[in-house]
Amino acid sequence: MADKITLEVARYDPERHTEPTFEKYEVPFRKDWVILDALNYIKDRLDGSLSYRWSCRTGICGSCGMMVDGEPKLTCATFLSSYAPGPVRVEALRNFPIVRDLVIEMTDFMVKLKKVKPWIVRENEKPISQGEYLQTPEQLENYKQFSMCINCLLCYAACPVYGLDNLFTGPAAIALAQRYNLDSRDVGARERREILSDHEGIWGCTFVGECTEVCPKHVDPAGAIQQYKVDAAIDWFKSFLLPRGAK
Amino acid sequence: MGKRSFVPLFWTLFSVGGVVAAFLIPIHLFLFGLAFPLGWIQPPTYERLLALARLPLVRLYLFVLCSLPLFHWAHRFRYTLYDGLQVKHLNELIILGTYGGAIVGTLVAGYLLWSL
Repeated sequence: MADKITLEVARYDPERHTEPTFEKYEVPFRKDWVILDALNYIKDRLDGSLSYRWSCRTGICGSCGMMVDGEPKLTCATFLSSYAPGPVRVEALRNFPIVRDLVIEMTDFMVKLKKVKPWIVRENEKPISQGEYLQTPEQLENYKQFSMCINCLLCYAACPVYGLDNLFTGPAAIALAQRYNLDSRDVGARERREILSDHEGIWGCTFVGECTEVCPKHVDPAGAIQQYKVDAAIDWFKSFLLPRGAK
Repeated sequence: MGKRSFVPLFWTLFSVGGVVAAFLIPIHLFLFGLAFPLGWIQPPTYERLLALARLPLVRLYLFVLCSLPLFHWAHRFRYTLYDGLQVKHLNELIILGTYGGAIVGTLVAGYLLWSL
């Protein structure tokens, strides 16, 4: 087994470059290393100017998403050994502007996320003295899968529709909207529908399904979007047949 | 909902049309395209088929079989043009050509089935 592997890392400094260029680094090839370990090695030993985001190293924080050999991956959960003998190409997540090197600008997602109100909406909060909002295991199961999303944005990097037209609300934001719509404690579905049934909300999706393929937490955003389309279509027919009754 | 969009309607037709196209059309292709011409199954006579096609329920079935897959095609082709050729600026023209084509096909199918 070779004891070194080459990483081709995208470097980009908006003040000096017009587009990213690749720089090669030789790092130790260790079976127990993930791509993030190799990047940390570069940063610590070879080139301190390399910029990238990471935090937890355990696939929970969602900060270390990057393109690894052209595929969106969490670099903390992607082993170097899967790419032996190399070289391995590491780039910033596709479909987003780059701040520097491997760091993307994610304001677009943050704005969209907030728009779909990813929190529990209630008409009336009951006083604390009346206790918690109880939920059965079945009610929890309804939305639990969609609550696993860690906002890592791999699904946005994988989505060709978002790549062509970033007006599209996108996979994670819709899956998270659905996470709250399906929560028995929530009454915000109608407010969210105003945003999501817009042409660029759910209808932009052409069910490519890549979002679900790349999701490291098995959230199935593509499923959430199709499910939401059915709900929105039923709602549309109701409002068409009973304009007042559906409100 | 503010302005009423017809996207949900066309998406529903697309969706149902996909089911019809996937499950029912292969049966017809198999029967009329392979099994009858190759003699695997004894084909019914023309008169019997015509009598069958004139039953109101069969007419309705054939109408659905012709119409819905056209709407499936229209929606899918519309987005293929948008994303594949990236001609979203021709939106109105594409909508006219795709959904318009499906509506014309539906009317033609309706007329032909009516006048059987």
